[in-house]
Parts: sequence; C-alpha cells; structure tokens
Amino acid sequence: MAVGGARDPEAQPIMPETVLETVGLTMRFGGVVASDNVHFKLKERELRCLIGPNGAGKSTFFKCISGLHKPTEGHVFMQGTETTGWLPHQIASLGVGIKTQNPNVLNGLSVFENIWMAARRFYPNEEASDRATDIIDKLALSYIAKAELGQLAHGERQRVELGLVVVGNPWLVLLDEPAAGMSSADVEHMSRIIDDMTRTAAVIVVEHDMQFIRSIASTVTVFYQGAVLMEDHVDGVMSDPTVRNVYLGKKA
Amino acid sequence: MIGLWKKQDLLAFIIALIGIWLLPTMISTYTLTILVIYGMLGLSLGLIWGFGGILCFGQAAFFGLGAYTYAIAAINIGESTVPMLLAILVPGVFATLFGAMMFYGHLTDVYLGVITLVVTLILFKFINSTAGPQYAIGHARLGGFNGIPGFHTLNVPGRTDIFIWGDTLYYVCALALLVVFFFVTWLLRTSFGRIAIGIRENETRISLMGYDVRARKTILFAIGAAIAGLAGALFANWGEIVTPGLFSLQQNAEVIIWCIVGGLGTRFGPIIGAAGLAYLKFLLGQQTLIDNAIIMGLILVIFVLFLPKGLVPATTSLWQSIYDRWPVRRSGSRRRTRSRSATHHA
Amino acid sequence: MDLFFVIFVEILYGIASLALISIGLAVVFGMMKVINLAHGEFMMLGGYATITAVNLGINVFVAMLIIAPLLVGVIGLLVERLVIRHLYGRLVDTMLATWGLSLFFIGIVTMIFGNTTTSITTPIRGFAVGNYQINGYNFFIIFMACLLLIAIYAVLKITRLGLIARGTMQSADIAASLGYNSDHIYMVTFFCGASLTGLAGAIFAPLVGLVPTSGSAYMAEAFITVVAGGPSLIIGLLSGATAFGAINQIVTFTSSAVLGEVAILVAAVIILRLIPKGITSRFFKGKM
Repeated sequence: MAVGGARDPEAQPIMPETVLETVGLTMRFGGVVASDNVHFKLKERELRCLIGPNGAGKSTFFKCISGLHKPTEGHVFMQGTETTGWLPHQIASLGVGIKTQNPNVLNGLSVFENIWMAARRFYPNEEASDRATDIIDKLALSYIAKAELGQLAHGERQRVELGLVVVGNPWLVLLDEPAAGMSSADVEHMSRIIDDMTRTAAVIVVEHDMQFIRSIASTVTVFYQGAVLMEDHVDGVMSDPTVRNVYLGKKA
Repeated sequence: MIGLWKKQDLLAFIIALIGIWLLPTMISTYTLTILVIYGMLGLSLGLIWGFGGILCFGQAAFFGLGAYTYAIAAINIGESTVPMLLAILVPGVFATLFGAMMFYGHLTDVYLGVITLVVTLILFKFINSTAGPQYAIGHARLGGFNGIPGFHTLNVPGRTDIFIWGDTLYYVCALALLVVFFFVTWLLRTSFGRIAIGIRENETRISLMGYDVRARKTILFAIGAAIAGLAGALFANWGEIVTPGLFSLQQNAEVIIWCIVGGLGTRFGPIIGAAGLAYLKFLLGQQTLIDNAIIMGLILVIFVLFLPKGLVPATTSLWQSIYDRWPVRRSGSRRRTRSRSATHHA
Repeated sequence: MDLFFVIFVEILYGIASLALISIGLAVVFGMMKVINLAHGEFMMLGGYATITAVNLGINVFVAMLIIAPLLVGVIGLLVERLVIRHLYGRLVDTMLATWGLSLFFIGIVTMIFGNTTTSITTPIRGFAVGNYQINGYNFFIIFMACLLLIAIYAVLKITRLGLIARGTMQSADIAASLGYNSDHIYMVTFFCGASLTGLAGAIFAPLVGLVPTSGSAYMAEAFITVVAGGPSLIIGLLSGATAFGAINQIVTFTSSAVLGEVAILVAAVIILRLIPKGITSRFFKGKM
C-alpha cells in the first residue's frame, strides 16, 4: 500500500494512491465531440477495462491519456503531475507502457532488438540486454528471439509488443485491444500476462471482447457517445439493462 | 551486443588499406581522389536516409556549404586547418537548425523531400546571383556563377608553406574516408545508432518507448551534414575552385542515385555506388555518343523498378543464399534491409 | 495610377504564371497522389516541341495549343504505362523514378538540340501604359490560366468523367468499387496532366531562352505551389499560386528578380513548416 495520505491530507491513509486522473477531459474533432467531459480515476495496481460500442470514445480517451492526441479541454494527471498535452515520449518517460490498437513494432528488427530498445530507455546497455532476455524468457519468445518481427504471426507480434511495453518496468500500462485478432490460446496467454502485470502496475485495457474481459475479471468503465455511462465490476455491467441496450444488445 | 568492434571490422580495415595502396596502380590518383570524396558524400546520405529513414533530397546543399565555407575561410585566414574544421562545423550547425525546424514540425517523407530540395535550390539561386562585388565575406568575393577560385589549399597543419596535393591529397582523402567509415560503423552500434534504426522502422513506437524522436533525428541529420561538409571541403581542395553547381539539382540527383544503386541501409553500398557511378560518369565523359544524363537517369529508373534494394544488399543475400544452410529470409517491406554486420545485436 | 495598374497586372501575371506552371502537377498530385519530378522536363519538352514546330513553318498558336500538349501528353502516357504504373502507392519510389526520367529527358534533348539556347519571338506585341511598357503576352498568360482553371472546374463539376475523377480523389477504392477501373482513370489523368504541362511549357517558350536544363527552374516553383496549396485541386492551386505569385512579384519589384525567387522558396519553407499538409488542409476544406 502506498502512502497516499502524504500527498493529500484529507484522503484516508489506507486508500491506495490515485495514479491516473482525468478532470473534464474533452476532445472535439471539428464539430464531433469524441470525448465528452470525462472524469476518470485509476488507483495504484488497479486493472480497469474500457468498453463501449464503436465510436463511443474509448480510443480517443486512450489517445488523450497516452499523448497521441492533445485534448481540447480538461486535464490529465499522472501521479499528481499534470501531463495534459504532453507528447507520447514524455508520457512514456514517466514510466508508462503504451500499446496502441494497431500492432506498433519495429518490423525490420528482431524480437530481441525490439525489446532491447524499449529496455535501453530506462537501463544502461548491459542491463537492458539482461532485462530483454528475461522478458523474452517470461513471454516464451526465446524460440524466435532472433527472428525479424515482419515474419512473425499476429499473435506473436502482439506478445512481443507486450514484452516491449513491460520491459521498462512501468507503473502504468495502457493497452488498446490487446486481444484483437488472437486465437483463444493466445488470448488465454494474454490474460495471464495482464494478470501478472497488475502485481506491479496499474493497467487500463480497451477491449471489445467480453469473454476476455470476463477472464481477467475487473472493474469496467462503459463509454457511450464520448461520455462515461457507468462504472462497475464486470458482472454488474453485464447485467445492467442500459448497458445491454447500448452495447451488448446491439452486438448480440 | 558484446563489444562495439567485430572481427569483420579488422578484415574491412585491412582490405581498405590494401585497396588504398593498390588502386593508384590502376586509376590515376587525381580521379581516385574525387571517387573517394564522392564516396564520403554518398556515405553521409546513406547514414541519414538508409539508417535514419530521413528522406533528404538536398544532401548536396551540405556538400556545397562545406566547400564554400572552406573556400571563404581559407581566403580570409590564409591556412587550411581552421577552414577544414569550419567546413565541418558550419553545415553541421546549419543542419541542426534546419533539421530542428523540420523535425519539430513533424515533417515526414514527401514533405521532407520537398523542403530539403527547396532549401538546396534557394542556396543555388542565391549563390548564383552573387556575381557583384557587393557580395563578399571578408576578403572573399562569392563570385556568383563563376564561383570562387584561388583559395589557399590544404597544407600540413602549422606549416602554411607545405601543401598537400596530388598523390598525398589522395591518401589524405582515402584515410579521411576510412576514419568516417569507422566512425559511422561505431555510431550505428551505439545505442544512439540502434535507436536511429528503430526510428526508421517505426517512429511512433520509438516515441511510445519514451525516446524523443525529434531531437534524435535532428542530431543524426546534423551528423550527416557534417560528414557531407567534410567531403565538400576536400572537394574544394581537389578542384581548387567552388561553384554553385555543387548545390545543383543534378548534384543532388547523383547522390541519391549512388545510394539507391549501392543499396540503402548498408554502409558499403553508398560508397561503392558513389565511386562506381562517378567512375562510370568519368568513362562516359570520354565519349560524346551518349549524354551521360541519359545513362544516369536510366540507371535510377531501372534500379527503382527492378532492384530497389540496391547492389550490395542484393549481392549479400545472393551470397548468403549460396553459403547459408538456412534459406534466406526475405523481409516483406522494401528498403528495410540492412547489412547484417551493421545492426545485428546478439 | 499608371504605376498601380502596372503593378496590379504584374502581380496578376505572377499568380497566373505560377498557376499555369503548376496545373499539370496539381492534376496528377491531386488525383493520383503522385509527385512527378519530371514535371519541369515535361514543360521543357513542350517548349522544344513548340520551337521546333515553329521553325518548321507551322503557325505558332497551332504549335503551342495543339502540337505541344499532344506530343507531351503521349510522352506522359508512355511514362505512365512503362514506369509509374508499377509504382502506385510507393510515393517515394515514384518520386525517385520520375527524377530519373527527368535526367533521361535532359540527356535526350541535349543530344538532339545541343546544350545551346533556343528561342522564338513573342507572338503578341507589348504596349505602353503612361510611361510604363507592358508585355502584351502577359495578358495572354493570364487569359490562358483563367481559361484552363475554368475548364478544369467545368469538367470536374459537370461531366461524368469529372464525377469519377472527384470520386477517385476522395478515395481510389470507392471509385474502384463503383466499377471504374482505377488503372484507366490513372492513365487518363496522367495523360491530361502531361498535356497541361506541355501546354504550359509551350506558352512559356517564347519568354525564355530554352536550354535542356530549363525544366529545373519550373520544377521547384510548381512543386511548392502544389504542395503548399494542399489537397484541394483548384482552390489549392489558386491559393498556392496567389500566395507565391504575389510574394514573388512584390519582392521582385522592390529588389531583384533573383531575390523574388528566393523569397517564394523561403515562403514555401515557412508555410510548410506551419501547415505541413498545405493551405487547403486547414482552410477551404473539402472544396475542389
């Protein structure tokens, strides 16, 4: 448990620290409001899923936090520091691991090189190599450590991307659709990895796949038309009639 | 990963020394000098384009800037050591400012190509129009399209009366190229160089890892410009005159053709491409049947269409497919091959 | 008063000539997202075609308005079929290949016509406004620029071909899914672009002493006008040409012609730094 009370005298000392907070986050593209006055809080080592129908604004929200978009209005705080409008590399430098929706890897380089580069940002050369090797072992990627990313299967590439996200030992991990297009075996693997992450980091997962969300069983924030519709445990959300209407009902 | 230098570097070093020693028996040192200088210019673009992914259509600008800086400084100072250093520094500083302007504005690909080309044309047009006596820096008149002749050429540092020219200039240039080559080799194996290659592969991912892509591209761009500036200063010493033609579209096109033909993403490719094509141009210059622009143009078109990876990577993969027991793995994406020695980590 | 009139005409001329120089490039870039670095050489070829035809005794306007566009159009067609067709979607490679072609054309023309200046006389006489002499040919250039822009607008707006073209500009996939062969569309577009470029080269031929490397002078200007103009074909072309044409003429008038050219290049660098995707990516969005 962190010493959350040291920063905020009114908060109860036992409460875990809020590591990510957005206040009135709004993002407009021309006349379209993609993210509408979102107030969001994430606690230390919490696992949170963001769901919602297509165009509900979860990806926009995700991009505003990770620095890929600059929000029109509102504020983002990370561990108490305001990071509104920061660039991705500044946010990542804080110790935030980010995985975008489309696999973003270095296709012409090997698995080891990919992960080494991510590690090198936070550790000197030799230690970066050791850590990269460790992560490769942990993710069961040793058999392809020297293969070029461009030649790997989709699931393997996703796993490599997770590897380079976690190798820097982040305290906050942002994952946009990590299970998209993966086989069920891969998905199972993925949920174990995510579970592992929460031992040291807070994790946000943007996801469509309800099966996957159930398997990692977490608190869910439902987005609808740019705003937060509700926030509850996955079971509560699944049984909520409004949510079923806007999201699950449409899908089924 | 372990150690920055490898066995093949020693091999390359020995072969290069033998080459430097043997080549004058086949080609005149006067011609060889320019081949070596062009090799360095090719390598400078090969570094930033082939490894850094920065599409610069104006590398000749830095070459010309280096040459002009040397000429102007040499006239004013009357010796060669400080002008040589300035010829490296001025293009480097210029490229830092210019690069920062482009990269902090997130210009990429085509737009980068356009701007670098346009800046070269600005320099070309400006220098071309400075024929009047009012255009002078210190004692040096810019001379417009006539260029600047008659400046102090390379001398032994500290001895302004002992000039380096002829055969000696060739050996100096060849050793300079060797030094630059091993500098580039070293740079590409440092974490800076590896991350530069990462930026070429996927800029977004590298910034999501927490690296400042803009600053890194600016630095790499400046290093490339400084190398081109050094090549330009050596060129000034070889030609004993600098003209606006150094900034011309033709000169720009040639640097790009060298890199494409030799192979991007390799260190040898641009050097071999530059020296080979410059020698071809020299041979073509001795006949009047076919204009050499036709040949250069056709070579570029044919390579882009049929051999976009260039000669060195193509030869390397051929060699490997013969000698490797494992089948050659082909990358799906073009222009992404690197020489194995340059980027192989583990 | 006379001075103002003269300056006004000069600025108008500056804008019109930039528009004329860039029109072919804009069509090809707008429709196909291809940047043709041999654009300047297409203009140079148009110029040589005109001068050769005139020297053979053909009427100058026939040479200029019919022979040059047709000839360069056919050359463009060949280039598209032989080279560019294989490189669609590879923007950088297309630029490189067309750069190679530009060298190739320079070489060919040098071999045929030699490296000396060729020229013909201006077919329209100048006249005086007060104390100032105005080149009558300037009005012809302004007229031709307006005519071509209106013609392109009309073709895009009214005809069926224009509709397909606009569809392709939005998304090549949509046009393809509607059953139009994008291969054919691109072929026709490139022919039109090359013809327009040849026409522009022909119109400028009487104004310049033509040498095989003349193209490179046009290329930079056309290039920046189109890229700074941005995605919209006509509005982009007009805004790019207006910005640079005005800057060029004003600087030329207050200092020298060379500084005028340098000024537009500097302006281009600044505009692209501020609005990397061109003027119409920010203003006049979604117009033609």
